[in-house]
Amino acid sequence: MARTDSRKPRFSRSTEAQGQDAIFRGTAGGDVSLKDDVFKDKKSVRGTPSASLPAFILGEELADLADHDPRIAVLTADLAVANRTNDFKRRHPDRFFNLGIAEKNMMTVAAGMASCGLVTYAATFASFCAILGAEQIKTDCAYPGMAVRLVGHHSGMSMGFYGTSHHALEDLAITRTIADLTVVCATDANHLRAILRASVDHPGAMYIRLGRGRDPEVYESVPQNFRVGKAITLRPGKDLTIVCCGSVVRASLDAAEKLAKRGIDVRVIDMHTIKPLDASALRKAVRETRAVLTVEEHNITGGLGSAVAEVLVDEARIPFMRHGVPDEFVPVGPPAALYAHYKLDADGIARKAASLLKS
Amino acid sequence: MNTATVARRGHNVSPAMLADRAMFIRLETLRLARICGAGHYSSTFSAAELFAALYYAHLNINPQDPHWPDRDRFVLSKGHAAIGLYPVLADLGYYPMSELDNFTKLGSHFGDHPNMKHIPGIDFSSGSLGHGLSIALGMALAGRMQQRAYRVYCMLGDGELAEGQIWEAAMAASHYKLQSLVAIIDRNQLCIDGHTEEVMRVEPLDQRFRAFGWDVQRIDGHDFDEIMAALANLKPSGSGKPQALICDTIKGRGVKRMELSLQWHVANLAGEDYDDAAAEIRAGLKPLPKPEKKRGKN
Repeated sequence: MARTDSRKPRFSRSTEAQGQDAIFRGTAGGDVSLKDDVFKDKKSVRGTPSASLPAFILGEELADLADHDPRIAVLTADLAVANRTNDFKRRHPDRFFNLGIAEKNMMTVAAGMASCGLVTYAATFASFCAILGAEQIKTDCAYPGMAVRLVGHHSGMSMGFYGTSHHALEDLAITRTIADLTVVCATDANHLRAILRASVDHPGAMYIRLGRGRDPEVYESVPQNFRVGKAITLRPGKDLTIVCCGSVVRASLDAAEKLAKRGIDVRVIDMHTIKPLDASALRKAVRETRAVLTVEEHNITGGLGSAVAEVLVDEARIPFMRHGVPDEFVPVGPPAALYAHYKLDADGIARKAASLLKS
Repeated sequence: MNTATVARRGHNVSPAMLADRAMFIRLETLRLARICGAGHYSSTFSAAELFAALYYAHLNINPQDPHWPDRDRFVLSKGHAAIGLYPVLADLGYYPMSELDNFTKLGSHFGDHPNMKHIPGIDFSSGSLGHGLSIALGMALAGRMQQRAYRVYCMLGDGELAEGQIWEAAMAASHYKLQSLVAIIDRNQLCIDGHTEEVMRVEPLDQRFRAFGWDVQRIDGHDFDEIMAALANLKPSGSGKPQALICDTIKGRGVKRMELSLQWHVANLAGEDYDDAAAEIRAGLKPLPKPEKKRGKN
């Protein structure tokens, strides 16, 4: 299953060019007012309106992997439609298990299956994954070293107006304190494919954090140089390093583009693996750039920014700022509006970066 | 009976031999608890006959090949009774008995709760109550997926039945028609703070499991004739109802001062008390007036 192609990944057009900014990211010029016609489909829509966004590839990619690997099994908790594991079910019905709305049971069952030599993927909303099942993840998955891949999708505040019960802004803080648990954030669909391919033979348990599954593209093709624990430098730069992960990588790249127009040279690092953290990429950034800004769709306490701070505290002092969601429950709103509100869109990140460099 | 032979499912093992092994389990529990100065005596004593029957007369296992893929699985959901299981595994040849001399010492493989990564014969780590039935369910699903005919046995305490996850698993087991899954409930009547029916009522247990779609047998968990008959009654793995064995037991059985006492869940026997308890165990179980039967009456 080794993929040795070492071609450099190609990176995608800006969010603006992808035409998705208005709906989910609000990264184009800070205009977060949804155009009136975005959701006013001419016909009624059964289920959640999906507009014309890229499909959630989770089930499809796992089904492809399972074609060649009899160990792979997939579990979900009544969310096969939302996470598209029904694409897996269609192709491998005997290896798909819906446990109903019983997430803790699902995670522990996945561990029991893994103890019999299977590699299990258990997927549910991030809000009901690491937060709800932290103890199951610790005791049943990580501690015995089970090949369970817990997939928390719709993480951060990507559920927008569904509200705090459906937000996961604490999951990185929770999971990265669990020993022997690998924690990885998917940036976009192609990146997720790379993570899933690498996950099959990864030792021990993993938490894989997904966005909404239709995040704006960063990687034009599946990054062949993907390695768990090895950050990907998406853009070189000497003035500032933005260390980011998951859904805000695209916005960080767009912010870097805006700053470039003002003569600020920004390095952007996709720190997709939160644990084990790629400390050498950070030390390099400290040596080679003048400041470090972390950006994450997560509570400012305990997530990527905290993990980076734990490395930087042992390095020479340079200006450093953590940027994320402040320690509060976020208001109701569409995702794009929330990203703008918390300056997690391209404009907001650019402003944060500029203020850090001025300080 | 010093050397135990590997008993295969269906083999004839005499009740006298099993009683001897149950005595061995209780005596070893005393010995190991003395090493660390604290032990889960009473939760182990209630399960001693069940451990003996399963491991010496029923489970399809091979101590020479602990990871044999077709073996029966045993999940000790009430992980605090591991102090009684460790000696059994040593006795069967999974590891030398002398390894237990380090019980709970710094760096030992043998803690109060069992660790599958370090102990051959432990099919899954446990300690956090309420998880075991889900683990066993996963093993049963894997067995079906891999077309293996093994059964999965999960020993549950009665107190942990208050955990919601048990009932999530109970529901899923019947939904998936996992006849290969066998829940063995050590109904020893007490949890830490009191009688289960005072702390959190679990009865009518047989009706509850039946309502969740399980086959239920209710037996005296200290009577080898009843235990062996119930085990022989189990249906083979396949598609059908999961199977529950509700075993009415007495927490602390075998040492009078511990029987149905709240003070011996975690405790330490020292000096003469240790010798007295050991002597009492060596004398064998004294018959008790049968406890008021709760079978099917509630």
